[in-house]
Amino acid sequence: MRILKPWSAALLFTVAAALLSMTAARAGAPPAAAADAAVTVRLEHFMFAPGTITVPVGASVHWQNLDGEPHTVVSLEGLFRSGALDQGDSYAFTFKTAGTYRYVCSIHPQMVGTIIVTAP
Amino acid sequence: MRDLNPPTSRRDALKCLAYGGAGTVFVLSGGVLTPFSLAEAASREAAGGVPLFVQLSDTHIGFTKEANPDVGATLRLAIERVNALAEQPAFVLHTGDITHLSKAAEFDAAAELLKGLRATELHTVPGEHDVADATVSEYFQRFGAASANKGYYSFDHQGVHLIGLINVLSFKAGGLGALGAEQLKWLEADLKGRSASTPIVVFAHMPLWTIYEPWGWGTADADQALALLKRFGSVSVLNGHIHQIVQKVEGNVTFHTARSTAFPQPSAGQGAGPGPLKVPPGDLPAALGVSTMSVKRHPLALSLADSTLA
Repeated sequence: MRILKPWSAALLFTVAAALLSMTAARAGAPPAAAADAAVTVRLEHFMFAPGTITVPVGASVHWQNLDGEPHTVVSLEGLFRSGALDQGDSYAFTFKTAGTYRYVCSIHPQMVGTIIVTAP
Repeated sequence: MRDLNPPTSRRDALKCLAYGGAGTVFVLSGGVLTPFSLAEAASREAAGGVPLFVQLSDTHIGFTKEANPDVGATLRLAIERVNALAEQPAFVLHTGDITHLSKAAEFDAAAELLKGLRATELHTVPGEHDVADATVSEYFQRFGAASANKGYYSFDHQGVHLIGLINVLSFKAGGLGALGAEQLKWLEADLKGRSASTPIVVFAHMPLWTIYEPWGWGTADADQALALLKRFGSVSVLNGHIHQIVQKVEGNVTFHTARSTAFPQPSAGQGAGPGPLKVPPGDLPAALGVSTMSVKRHPLALSLADSTLA
């Protein structure tokens, strides 16, 4: 795997993000076995819906792209990064630490979402 | 799509370009810019010169939806048109979105198609669709060498200085693309000491001016780049991304976005978002196209012409 050399202090995608994203569930993965805390965010009409959600620590968030256009799910803090999600594809990430996580679609960065992860 | 009748002379080739496109030629010479109609251009020596390069953009190899189920066929048609030019361009610029989903197989298919170009020199910058893989590595594995994996670089051809910039990685949440401080610093160094009479061509995927912010059609820190270019007498800024021609002239700078070879997009703000625009199949070739930059000597002047695939 080759990682893009950091070329800007503003570069948002870190090595950590790339590594972490590889551990995240990929397209077609079944819903988390511990379904008690699985939440789905739809990518539809060039928006994340719902745009902001609150989940407990340990929850898996699933993103599903319903648009004809491909989208991505990219953490602004470099925590997670999906590949390109074509129509029908999904991506999941499990949040292990409380905090507020903002993310965008890197193809359409006007699409912005927030996940608020709360401690038990 | 009609059969291709290869032009028999450069004049015919220019006519073909001219009448196929619905655009304007700009002749830039020492900062004096003269726009005139393409039809007129075909008959004027001023529009002549040698094709320096052809700009291909937004080929979106891997796209299969109804707006164009066969983007390979339309790219092949575009390549046939370029190959039919009586005088071949010195090189080809691809201003990004080579692929649709940054998949290895898409890059490979695109490379196979682009091998069909008679002009063998290809320069690229990535679009956001080319860096959408989780590791941001597919594009750089193939095209990173030119820029030492930075994505920005420059080179010279026939007295023209060309600068490729990347504005699809370091974007601002909520909207526009961005160049970033490191790239701007590099640009400043790249331009330093260069004569103001050197024609400059800047190419990047996303427009380097704000066309429509709600759809992210712009680059947040482009003004800093343009400030560095201000002292030059002839600056051409060539972009893709929006799959349609939008142009403006500001001082010595001509801004121009190219058509896609894959599918058109709606004009700014028309519809839910900047997705593929479905047009009647018969109208598709007229909505796709390439741009050609020609260079003329004595005085050194560049001219840009658009042509459709119709």
